[in-house]
Amino acid sequence: MIEVHDVHKSFGYRSVLRGVSLVVGPGETVALIGANGAGKSTLLHILSTLIQPDYGEVRIAGFDLARKPQEIRRRIGLIAHKTLLYDDLSVGQNLRFYGRMYGVPKPEVINRSLMERLGLWERRDELVRSLSRGFQQRAAIARALVHDPPILLLDEPDTGLDAHTIEILRALVLNDGARRRAVLMATHNVHRAAKWGRRVAVLADGRVTVGDSTDVCGSGDQERLFETGDVHGAG
Amino acid sequence: MGQARGFLSRVLTLVAKDIRIEWRTRDSVVTMVVFGLIVLLTFGFAFDMAVVNVGAIAPGVLWAAIAFSSTLGLSRSFSMEKDRGAIEGLLLLPVDRSTIFLAKVAANLMYMGVAEVVLVPALVVLFNLSAAHLGSLLLVVLLGSVGFAGVGTLFSAIAIHSRAREVLLPVLLLPVTTPVVLACVKVTNSIFAGFSLDEVAHWLVLLVAFDVIFLALSALLFDYVIED
Repeated sequence: MIEVHDVHKSFGYRSVLRGVSLVVGPGETVALIGANGAGKSTLLHILSTLIQPDYGEVRIAGFDLARKPQEIRRRIGLIAHKTLLYDDLSVGQNLRFYGRMYGVPKPEVINRSLMERLGLWERRDELVRSLSRGFQQRAAIARALVHDPPILLLDEPDTGLDAHTIEILRALVLNDGARRRAVLMATHNVHRAAKWGRRVAVLADGRVTVGDSTDVCGSGDQERLFETGDVHGAG
Repeated sequence: MGQARGFLSRVLTLVAKDIRIEWRTRDSVVTMVVFGLIVLLTFGFAFDMAVVNVGAIAPGVLWAAIAFSSTLGLSRSFSMEKDRGAIEGLLLLPVDRSTIFLAKVAANLMYMGVAEVVLVPALVVLFNLSAAHLGSLLLVVLLGSVGFAGVGTLFSAIAIHSRAREVLLPVLLLPVTTPVVLACVKVTNSIFAGFSLDEVAHWLVLLVAFDVIFLALSALLFDYVIED
């Protein structure tokens, strides 16, 4: 469902991605790990059509990124560092807005279900700006799931979340629709990567190497792993 | 037909979102009205109404007030989307970028319209002008505002990528919209002098042409400027 082949991306003279290739199939969760500045967010931004790669091919849900970006946007949900919400709208108004823009039939029903699961229902009329960071992140999760996307891109989704909410997020992402949903989660938390993904993709030196999560994350030598990206030597 | 209805529905949803936020914060409209009134009052006190030909200077004063106050409002258009990355949320929507652009133009036009509803009567009272030609004036104000909002929305989108966006917008916008301001001043001048619109038809044609060309051009270019 997510197919990335030989993707390159530079910012000025700084080459961030240097031939990234990766496949995430339906029902699969892959954790993308790497040091700060390794290019995890850049890769997720490319996959979510927010930036264009300099070179390489990306196909999502069978659609070419360069030719059919709208079809891709319809099928992806992105949970990023920022909430992507409007501070001066309530949680309910934000979700209603996004539901309508995604053409969700009966958005009220879906929004209520999502808000109840994320513990936001009682706070639906509160402005996003008045919520704590944790509740804002919950609202951001609801926004990303409002159109029930078959592909989820998570960029450090646990930022500001307590352990209970992380479990709710995990249940929403991995259990609901997990058979058909392709999930790519960027994190620098190796233990979370091992817990969430069966496979782990290590982004180091602009390239990705993929390995089994227990092998990759069991070594404990995180620094060396992030530096070399040698998943086979890690275990 | 269904596609057009879907397009219109999405534009209206986007406009409604902007208006809801503006209703809550009143960031743009209040700033535009207050600043526009200050410009009118400043010129009102600067000129001796008993000596100068009021009908000749009032159009310039009105359009200076509209141009400067609109620039302030337009600078908020996309900067509010920057908060918490809402702009990325917009760009992730499965809609053509021109949908976002047209919705922003429509919202900006509404804010400008509200400000103009206050500024035009204030000008008439302050400069002791005849209110007999308000119908014709309305047409000129509408045409001028469309041109201003169209180009201003595009430049507002360009400016959000800059740290100096508040400075960048007027530097980009005011030179490009000079033909609009010039044509509007000329037509408004003729209206206050009691001429019919037929006599300034060439200026009206220029305004319409500017609106059509720059709206179309801005909608096409928006796709490229909105992305980082």
